[in-house]
Amino acid sequence: MGPQGLESTELRLGLPGSDDGGGGERSVKKRVFSGGGWEADVCGGGKKRNMDLVVGWPPVCLHRKNKKSICNVRNLYVKVSLDGAPILRKVDLSCFKGYWELGMGLEELFDCYGIGEAMKEENKSCEYIAIYEDKDADWMLVGDVPWLMFTETCKRLRIKRRSYADGIGLHADEKD
Amino acid sequence: MGFPEEVLEHVFSFITSHTDRNVVSLVCKSWYEIERWCRRRIFVGNCYAVSPAMMIRRFPEVRSVELKGKPHFADFNLVPDGWGGYFYPWICEMARAYPWLEEIKLKRMVVTDDNLELISKSFKNFKVLVLSSCEGFSTHGLAAIAANCRNLRELDLRESEVEDLSGHWLSHFPDSCTSLQSLNMSCLSSEVSFSALQRLIARSPNLKTLRLNRAVPLEKLSTLLRRAPQLVELGTGAYSAEIRPDVYANLTEAFSRCKEVKGLSGFWDVLPSYLPAIYSVCSRLTSLNLSYATIQSPDVTKIITQCPNLQSLSVLDYIEDTGLNALSLSCKDLRELRVFPSDPFVANANVSLTEQGLVAVSEGCSKLQSVLYFCRQMSNSALTTIAKNRPNLTCFRLCILEPRAPDYLTFEPLDVGFGAIVEHCKQLQRLSLSGLLTDRVFEYIGKWAKKLEMLSIAFAGDSDLGLHHVLSGCDSLRKLEIRDCPFGDKALLANVSKLETMRSLWMSSCSVSLGACKRLSQKMPRLNVEVIDEQGDLDSRPDNCHVEKLYIYRTVAGPRFDMPSFIRTMDQNPTYRS
Repeated sequence: MGPQGLESTELRLGLPGSDDGGGGERSVKKRVFSGGGWEADVCGGGKKRNMDLVVGWPPVCLHRKNKKSICNVRNLYVKVSLDGAPILRKVDLSCFKGYWELGMGLEELFDCYGIGEAMKEENKSCEYIAIYEDKDADWMLVGDVPWLMFTETCKRLRIKRRSYADGIGLHADEKD
Repeated sequence: MGFPEEVLEHVFSFITSHTDRNVVSLVCKSWYEIERWCRRRIFVGNCYAVSPAMMIRRFPEVRSVELKGKPHFADFNLVPDGWGGYFYPWICEMARAYPWLEEIKLKRMVVTDDNLELISKSFKNFKVLVLSSCEGFSTHGLAAIAANCRNLRELDLRESEVEDLSGHWLSHFPDSCTSLQSLNMSCLSSEVSFSALQRLIARSPNLKTLRLNRAVPLEKLSTLLRRAPQLVELGTGAYSAEIRPDVYANLTEAFSRCKEVKGLSGFWDVLPSYLPAIYSVCSRLTSLNLSYATIQSPDVTKIITQCPNLQSLSVLDYIEDTGLNALSLSCKDLRELRVFPSDPFVANANVSLTEQGLVAVSEGCSKLQSVLYFCRQMSNSALTTIAKNRPNLTCFRLCILEPRAPDYLTFEPLDVGFGAIVEHCKQLQRLSLSGLLTDRVFEYIGKWAKKLEMLSIAFAGDSDLGLHHVLSGCDSLRKLEIRDCPFGDKALLANVSKLETMRSLWMSSCSVSLGACKRLSQKMPRLNVEVIDEQGDLDSRPDNCHVEKLYIYRTVAGPRFDMPSFIRTMDQNPTYRS
């Protein structure tokens, strides 16, 4: 393994197909990172880059990285009630990556077809609307704030029939 | 020297530092003899540098043994399982030779339940067991220690990987055990019997340090504190509970009774509403570890601004620059700062912690000596400012999360910044580098870092010249660990005798050839040159192939034989073996 072989251990960031420019010179804008691909979080969270490809970097003790440590244990279970259904359910918001998945999850739980779409756009064809109680005990429309902010402030969820929303003027646009 | 032996022995008893004792033993033969009979504490920085038999032969009356096993990079998963560091050969010999042994302190070693049981049964006066980052044992072994060590004073499991079968081990402390002064069980996950814990604490009037594990619920913490108002160091369990006024009131009242508490840690799963309960102890705190507390900057700031006597702070990057600024204004006695990343694997975190936070602390905290800082951007000007502000730094470990990240303002390498650090901080003993670095930074290090003892390098340098600067210039260097750098054979082979003045050298994902390892080993019979290569077939590899990982250390014990198949000690010339 000569000098060429070292390149395979170098870290590079680039969109697929981009040319690194090679050589020892590191030009201004190029940030070297693992080339393992990065996905943007569609609901507005930061870009995640798979740094796990580099063993042992960053040098954080296993004790901090493992399941006992910081990131994983946040308990994001919230109650969900559906108008007219006597029994409430609970969902773990940390299982979902965004509003779309939350909507799908709720549809499965309650058979409230179309709620996922309704969260993404104010799609009137859905019979239901999702609202949540935030830290200030206000009831808010689901979908306005970035997903991560939502998971941190949501205390409980309610799925109401659209007629409720019509009555209190929740719709911003004037199409009807 | 005509003093009778007893007089010299008495004089030597005041000399406690290991280095001083070593020097004393070299004065003359009679001092060597007297010293070795009265040495009570031994520190072996690399368990393979010497054999247990050699240690026992020279020092027959030891009461305290401290051993270190795996290389430091084992903390970051770079040392494969099965590497070694077994406590077994040591305990076998010590059980026989040191019946009066009182203390065993191990770091990064493999300890089994049988070893622990042997400890518990071999030493009648056993008092102190510290297992730091160790592994290989379960709670069964702990039960043996608890049950059999009648005079146990200290049981500290800090950051060890324990096979946690149940919390029942704690109940094995007999009712007659009242000697406990320090208990650190923070790394365990199982719940212990609360009543057993409560009774143990109640019958340990000298308990000064108590670090609970996460499973001890917050609602019960006040009960424990009430039984131990003499505590000096407390590690809480999980710091959240249902919001109940009675729990909060009890907790606040219990903390207010702890007039001796100087250090706090724990704080997993913090619910900020419960934080004010600790305010009454803040003014006395010298040490605070919030590095598991996922609380935002305003909550952290509220605490630290009430701690004017704080000397050591560990915290997550949630503290942000604003919190560090507040720290620099409130905590003028700060000696040590460690800032850990809350989300190390994300490129852009939503956390406003930059180089400015560290600059602020370097300006405001004139006693700052030790820094561990994870961040996402750095500049040469910030590093230079820090260096000029704090020439008294002894430990500077900077981790810019992105490998090879340049100065974010000028896009240049960070050579000049780190150069300023080593130039101004003349007492610097420990340095960890990161960011974009060329051979130039190593030129600075070789030129200025004369007191440097430990250096960690990753993704840095251009050529062998970099390594050569370090090996030829750093007079005090003891431990060098390198990963992913373009350093090869030339620097190593040009500095062979330097390696014998050091404890160890680790190199992984560099460009050292198998042939160079063999040559090095032949030239230096008192070094073990160990090649670690998990791809197998080391025997059939050509000499010019690069080794995956290399660990070189000086030893008087010869090559070791407890290695797995993927680790080989390069052969030495047999005629040099004594």
